[in-house]
Amino acid sequence: MHEMSLAEGVRNIVEESACAHGGKRVERVVLQIGELAAVEVEALRFCLELILKDGVADGALIDIEITPGRGWCAQCASTVALAQLYDACPQCGSYRVQATGGTEMRVKELALAATWGQSAS
Amino acid sequence: MCSVCGCGSGELRYNGKPAAQSGANKATGPTRSYAFRPLQAQPAAGRTTTPDRLDYGSGPAHAHAPGLSQAQMVSIEQNILGKNDALADANRRWLTERGVFTLNLVSSPGSGKTTLLVETITRLAGSVPVTVIEGDQQTEFDAERIRATGAPALQINTGKGCHLDAHMVGTALTRLPIAERSLLLIENVGNLVCPAAFDLGEAHKVVILSVTEGEDKPLKYPDMFAAADLMVLSKIDLLPYLKFDLARVFDYAHRVNPRLVMLPLSATSGEGFDDWLAWIRSGLARSGASCKPSTECMS
Repeated sequence: MHEMSLAEGVRNIVEESACAHGGKRVERVVLQIGELAAVEVEALRFCLELILKDGVADGALIDIEITPGRGWCAQCASTVALAQLYDACPQCGSYRVQATGGTEMRVKELALAATWGQSAS
Repeated sequence: MCSVCGCGSGELRYNGKPAAQSGANKATGPTRSYAFRPLQAQPAAGRTTTPDRLDYGSGPAHAHAPGLSQAQMVSIEQNILGKNDALADANRRWLTERGVFTLNLVSSPGSGKTTLLVETITRLAGSVPVTVIEGDQQTEFDAERIRATGAPALQINTGKGCHLDAHMVGTALTRLPIAERSLLLIENVGNLVCPAAFDLGEAHKVVILSVTEGEDKPLKYPDMFAAADLMVLSKIDLLPYLKFDLARVFDYAHRVNPRLVMLPLSATSGEGFDDWLAWIRSGLARSGASCKPSTECMS
């Protein structure tokens, strides 16, 4: 879907955070994307590659941690693994499973280049 | 412009007039375009990929590159859509304080959103004040159809954008005469994918699915049906001419979202319309009750 909008969101967070911590160059960006977050990870990488160009995180390594999807099964009255929104409960086969986790899209952390490694820009 | 879904920025318009730019688009000028990049033969670090399977949706992707030990790690823990969500919260507060019941109507193009709106406004005329925000990539056609009913409407043209966001709606709120204890209908850009992720500050997302689209849409585009609280099944006057299984679409929609409420209706024949109006009126009653006593809306 709108991966470019998400990439813009990542860039804003990365640039503001790097600035707040006095970082001149970001070496690595760690993202957390939920399995049920409706994000195409490869499309997001592609957009990030474009949008981070010429900024503090130009060329930064993008690490994407996928957090597992979770749902609440009304039949079992318990939390179960959920890989797709339309999947049945792996325990009882019921479709009465409401997604409860794995929908997040977060910038988790950044690696800022050490002082001696800063580029001239 | 995004090569994935056509999403882009820089062409946003309100009632046909250009919006001021935030300056956040410096890396992607409107004239730049990018061709689709073929997938690399070697899988990216951490992706679960085998020779006969390219999996874009699963797998542990936490790969740490060597040689970065000198770097300073900074914990951020910020939601990527946090800026939109904060603006949406501000919109929601503004609307709640005034007792405005707000619906975000989402669907694919051509499901009958505008017709549903026109019929709703006509039937509520004289009893409930209605204001409309219209989202489309181009033209003011929809706003003009709404204005013809007498209701105030603002058209947002997103240009290349594939969805409305909270900032656009926040701007629209300042430009519309929105009455206290009224109904605000936001007709999102016709797109069954992107608007699912963007909170605008609404009370409910309402997904509209027309019977001509087929029963399998909830499974094909699950995110939208998961994000919605109500599904309006529109154009049911056409059912005699179609092979459309009502029970199956309800089953598919409930697989994605067990809490989804279903309302089959036809704006043409009027069938089911009273249920839709009753659902709106109960929402209006709740919004009116939550109206803050400190505001002048305690009339």
